[in-house]
Amino acid sequence: MVNVIWLFMILIGFLVALFFGDLEAATQAALDNAKYAVELCIGLLGIYALWLGLMRVAEKSGLVEAISKKMQGIMSFLFPDVPAGHPAMGAMTMNLIANMLGLGNAATPLGIKAMNELQRINKQKDVATHDMCMFLIINTSSVQLIPTTVIALRSAAGSLNPGEIVGTTLITTIISTLVGIIAAKMFRRLY
Amino acid sequence: MIEFIRILSITIMPGFIIFVLAYGHLKGVNVYETFIEGAKQGLTTVVRVFPYMMAMFVAIGVFRSSGAMDILIRILSPVTSLLGIPAEVLPLALMRPVSGMASTGILGDILKTYGPDSFVGRVASTLMGSTETIFYTLSIYFGAIGIKKIRYTLWASLLTDLAGLFASIIICSIVFGR
Repeated sequence: MVNVIWLFMILIGFLVALFFGDLEAATQAALDNAKYAVELCIGLLGIYALWLGLMRVAEKSGLVEAISKKMQGIMSFLFPDVPAGHPAMGAMTMNLIANMLGLGNAATPLGIKAMNELQRINKQKDVATHDMCMFLIINTSSVQLIPTTVIALRSAAGSLNPGEIVGTTLITTIISTLVGIIAAKMFRRLY
Repeated sequence: MIEFIRILSITIMPGFIIFVLAYGHLKGVNVYETFIEGAKQGLTTVVRVFPYMMAMFVAIGVFRSSGAMDILIRILSPVTSLLGIPAEVLPLALMRPVSGMASTGILGDILKTYGPDSFVGRVASTLMGSTETIFYTLSIYFGAIGIKKIRYTLWASLLTDLAGLFASIIICSIVFGR
C-alpha cells in the first residue's frame, strides 16, 4: 500500500509540476528534502539515545515487572476469558507496558508471545477470540505515555517548546483507548 | 483542566527521568553504565529509520512543491471543513493507520511547512503521538498465529483512530486556542 502511495506522490507531483507548476522547483524540493531528512535524523539521534538509555535502566532495575504486578486487576477486567496466572496475561501486560514506555522493539516480540499464548486457549484456531480482539484494539489505539519521536521532530523543526504537546497527547490517547475498550466490550456482546 | 494539562506537559518528562534513575539506583543498578548501554542503540535505530524517512520526505517534497498537495487539500476541504478538521492535517490522518515511517515523514513535512508551534503543527503532533499503525500491527500479530477471521478488530481499531483525530483537534483548540 505504501508502495502505491509513494509512487503516486512522486509521479503525480512531477506531472502536475510539468503541466501547471514549476518543474525545476519540484526537483529542487526533492533534493532539499533529502538533505533535510539527514538533519532531522541527527536531531532524532540525540533524543532516541537519551530515551533508550533511560529505558535500559527501567528494564534492568525491574521497574517494568513491578508495574506489571500492579496492573493485574485491570488486566482481568479487560481479558476475562484468560485464566488467572496464565502466561498469556504476563506477556500481554509486559507488552502493554513496553508500549506505554515507547519501547517498540521490546513490545513486538512480547506481543507475538502473548498472541501465541492466547492461541493455546483458543478453540477455533483460525478465528480470533474476544480477548485477542481486545488486546489488538488496545495495541492499535496507542498507549504511549511520552511521544519521544514527536518531541524530537518538533525540536528539530525549531519549536520554542517541543514538549508542550505531551499533555494534549496523553489526554487524546486516553480518550481513544477508552473508545477502543468500550467498542470492544460492546462488540463482544453483539458477536 | 487546561492548567492541569499545561503542568502535565512540563513535569512529566523530568518527573519520569528522575523516577527511573532514582528507582534504578535504589535497586542497585549502575545507572550510568546501563544508560550508556541503552543509548548505544540510538544510533542503530536512527540508521534503520533514515532510508524510510528520506524516501517519504522526497516524495512529499515533490508532491507539495508542484502544487499537487494544494489541489488535494482543495478537493478534500469541503469534507474536512464540514467536520472541523484542518485540511492540512488530513494527509497525516490518512497515512497514520497505514505506515508509521511514512507518517513520521509527513509529520516532519507538516512541521517544516506550517511551523511546529502553529495550530496545524500542534494538532498534527498530538495526532501522531496518540494513534498507531493499525494495518501493520494487525497483520503482524494475527499473521504470526494464523488467524484468518479477525471479526470486529479492524472496525474497532479504525474507530479509535477516528476518536483520536477528533479528540486531538478539540483538545488542542481548548488548550492552545485555534
